Amino acid sequence: MRERLSGNEAVAIAMRQIDPDVVAAFPITPSTEVPQYFASFVANGAVNTEFVAVESEHSAMSACIGAQAAGGRTMTATSSAGLALMWEMLYIAASSRLPITLAAVNRALSGPININNDHSDTMGARDSGWIQIYGESNQEAYDNFIQAVCIGEHPAVQLPVMDCYDGFITSHAVENIELLEDEEVKAFVGDYTPEYYLNNKAHPIAVGPLDLPVHYFEHKRLQAEAMRNAKRVILEVAADFEKLTGRKYGFFEEYKMEGAETAIVVLNSTAGTAKTVVDKLREQGVKAGLIKLRVFRPFPAEEIAAALAGVKAVAILDKADGFNAAGGPVFTDVTSAMYGRVDGVPAISYIYGLGGRDVRAGDIEKVYSRLAEIVKTGKIGEVYNYLGVRE
Amino acid sequence: MSKIVANDVKWRDISPGGIICDAGNAALFKTGDWRSIRPRWIEEKCKQCSLCYPTCPDSSIIMTEEALMRGFDYDHCKGCGVCAKACPFGAIEMEEEA
Ligand code: SF4
Ligand code: SF4
Repeated sequence: MRERLSGNEAVAIAMRQIDPDVVAAFPITPSTEVPQYFASFVANGAVNTEFVAVESEHSAMSACIGAQAAGGRTMTATSSAGLALMWEMLYIAASSRLPITLAAVNRALSGPININNDHSDTMGARDSGWIQIYGESNQEAYDNFIQAVCIGEHPAVQLPVMDCYDGFITSHAVENIELLEDEEVKAFVGDYTPEYYLNNKAHPIAVGPLDLPVHYFEHKRLQAEAMRNAKRVILEVAADFEKLTGRKYGFFEEYKMEGAETAIVVLNSTAGTAKTVVDKLREQGVKAGLIKLRVFRPFPAEEIAAALAGVKAVAILDKADGFNAAGGPVFTDVTSAMYGRVDGVPAISYIYGLGGRDVRAGDIEKVYSRLAEIVKTGKIGEVYNYLGVRE
Repeated sequence: MSKIVANDVKWRDISPGGIICDAGNAALFKTGDWRSIRPRWIEEKCKQCSLCYPTCPDSSIIMTEEALMRGFDYDHCKGCGVCAKACPFGAIEMEEEA
């Protein structure tokens, strides 16, 4: 079914098609529209969902945790400071192995206060134990949201999933989109059938007990294994989704990486801008390529190293600074994935677009020129760089 | 009882998410070693009035089917001393752990 929708509207429609048991959310720009649209579906009787209008994001995530532990399929949406306020509960959700689905509409973290897009919110939550999937467009935000449910709820995974997409750029801009039929989505996600849940009177359990040194480590080890299992499950779900829609997904998209000498690694909407630059450079005979990272947690370390094995220089772009004095979070993960696998490929970090600073084709061209210079001279120069800041 | 809560459970066998999958397993958690003082039952003074039994927060007073007081479950008694205060006949005394 062809439609034209904003990213938020598309995700809210995915939620309606899934018809979860509980949605608990608190409004925050730019994710507000997701629960806003969804609340209208509830009011119109289009879904059977219990909508919980909570008083904060900490409560939103807490309500999701309670509902999911009870055996319900649960969803929410947030951005920026809202995600930050969920922080404590993000860890509880992941460690309690509750596959909640969260539309994470990327926005800069305060301070200074800023409502525009960058990735500092979800990058900060990257090690909270949630699966993180990033999308370039409205279509991907919609497709990833549906797949997130199947990935998280898989018995070998049982982890919560964030569907991350760029605030305003993706969340509010209207694009053409291909929607699935309601019945197709319902059949694809199936029913949520956890082995253990609180509302099962035949088999009472306790959730969230004190875990002393004699057991805590084993629980964390099992949690880490779930994140490893997620790699396999993500590909299985993507294969099923491709059968249904013809749209192909993996850990990342390789765009014109065939024979590429220079490459950029980037995620979310900037990949779209970078693709037009790659097209232009290829026309000029420059062997440029692009890797658009889709799955950041679990991190596809071996696969990304293999994809970069043939390049002569790579730049990793981060829309969040790491404040580690060493480079952005995607940069540090990609370079540690390369270590011992593809040693000797020059890799540089660029921080870009903080607080919604526009990223134009000209900016991306500068990065490819810099990479070409590195290939030509063999000199790497500064590793930790900024793109688009006034010098 | 499930090995899921056994102290030597391996990580592959432990319950996902720290949930306790089998209800009614509090007895598996031996709280007796938290004790610094222990109750001593003085059988000759005991009138079998049963007043101590409901006061114990750890269900550690051993009663027979016929409701006869028979001493303490030292695997779980935390040595709080509530029973000694509750006994109207001085039949329970608290003493230092050896
Ligand atoms: S000392 Fe406390 S825990 Fe021990 S038997 Fe008496 S009341 Fe129960
Ligand atoms: S309260 Fe004292 S007298 Fe009564 S049963 Fe207990 S120990 Fe015996």
